[in-house]
Amino acid sequence: MTDQPAASVSTTKASDPAEHLHETALIGVHRALGARLIEFGGWLMPVQYTGILDEHRAVRERAGLFDLSHMGELFVEGDDAGDALAAALVSDPRTLAVGRAQYSMICAADGGVIDDLIVYRLAPERFLVVANASNASVVSDELAARLVRWRAVLDDRSLATSLVAIQGPRAAEVLAPLTDVDLAGLRYYAIAEGQVAGIHALVARTGYTGEDGFEVFVDWARGPEVWAALAAAGEGAGVIACGLGARDTLRLEAGMPLYGNELDRETNPFEAGLGRVVKLDKPGDFVGRDALARVAAEGPEKQLVGMVVTGRGIARHGYPLDVDGKRTGLVTSGTQSPTLGVPIAMGYVAPGDAEPGTILAVEIREQPVAAEVVPLPFYKRPKSA
Amino acid sequence: MAPPDLRYTKDHEWVRVEGDTATIGVTDYAANQLGDVVFVDLPAVGKAVEQFATFGVVESVKAVSDLYAPLSGEVVAVNGDLGSKPELVNSDPFGDGWMIRVKVGDTAQVDELLDAAGYEKLTAEA
Repeated sequence: MTDQPAASVSTTKASDPAEHLHETALIGVHRALGARLIEFGGWLMPVQYTGILDEHRAVRERAGLFDLSHMGELFVEGDDAGDALAAALVSDPRTLAVGRAQYSMICAADGGVIDDLIVYRLAPERFLVVANASNASVVSDELAARLVRWRAVLDDRSLATSLVAIQGPRAAEVLAPLTDVDLAGLRYYAIAEGQVAGIHALVARTGYTGEDGFEVFVDWARGPEVWAALAAAGEGAGVIACGLGARDTLRLEAGMPLYGNELDRETNPFEAGLGRVVKLDKPGDFVGRDALARVAAEGPEKQLVGMVVTGRGIARHGYPLDVDGKRTGLVTSGTQSPTLGVPIAMGYVAPGDAEPGTILAVEIREQPVAAEVVPLPFYKRPKSA
Repeated sequence: MAPPDLRYTKDHEWVRVEGDTATIGVTDYAANQLGDVVFVDLPAVGKAVEQFATFGVVESVKAVSDLYAPLSGEVVAVNGDLGSKPELVNSDPFGDGWMIRVKVGDTAQVDELLDAAGYEKLTAEA
């Protein structure tokens, strides 16, 4: 039996102790919990503790605790911070109210995605940009370069910030007693400053699981305390530690893209079905505008779709997709959906093959296996009060 | 723990030889390394398998792994329960999680496999 790197956490590989890897402030906690550690984006991170299915179900039914300290935290501040970010990114952070967040992307001049981001407006001229771990230094350098002609400075606090997330339907009831932030008043995609377990924190109602949940940013050294407080407070509610494996299956069910799988430099936001994020009409120029305006006018060359495999097998990253024996694209992510109990996948196809109901053939070990195009997301959380 | 009555490949398959019939599966070590098994692809009855060549695939939530035959022979039975309950590979790898049964051509091939002590040494070093 040999492992092939067909995982949808496709940039992962077995950890090589000879390699230099960053470790989060929580590495001791992960080791004590018996986590399996892997390399991810230059970091040694837990991929699973008890098991991916267990952890996945905990987040859907109760709540899970994630160490996301590998992600990049870039603070942008100055009189021109809003204008500068509007010129650097495809979205318009100037339209954000203080305390609100938006999903965004930083693109190259040709429209290719350098990274997908969340931008939080912390004050009128102070923003927090959160980047993927694997891209954090690239985004930091690129953003710094794009800020040069503006009265705005970048403070890269990626290695000074611990990020702990609690995600799931019971996240609010676990976090509430530990914080002075009014969680009932904190809307989805909002952020507030306050205390968590007596530690100064930014508390955001954002996540990557398709569930309600919170992301708690604290000083690097305070990460283990925040984790311990949340773990203790959540014990009775069945909150467990969750790794990158469950994070990947959760985001896939929620139809959320993963950089390196659905997004890369060869893909533009329109192809990824994220054209709504690109504000072509915002005041001022921005990097990638001409290329993206062309794509918007002419239509994308490929289109991201969701699929359910109806035949026998699991579609994985890189497997070919055919229609009538002709290549139409490639699978970007795929797994057995723990919630739905069927194999699900995302992938790119020719625009003519993207209609829900289209039957594709996934080449699984050289055998064509039927898959049906379905609308995204695969999973939507039940509406609650 | 590797049961002493079985033989093993370096790729973490086990085989139980009874007369000219061999039952094949993956070890508890393999099951642990894989994580939650969600799909097992096995050859049909009547197919030939060849020692140390791939005979199927086992997939966990996050990885795909080839299965290597400990012995050559003809498939005489396939564990149909794994179709609906692939998790048996995790919960009972040496028992209900067995994969295929093979009619062995050359039982001398067993000599090329590890015994339990040899296999445990291998996994201890991993």
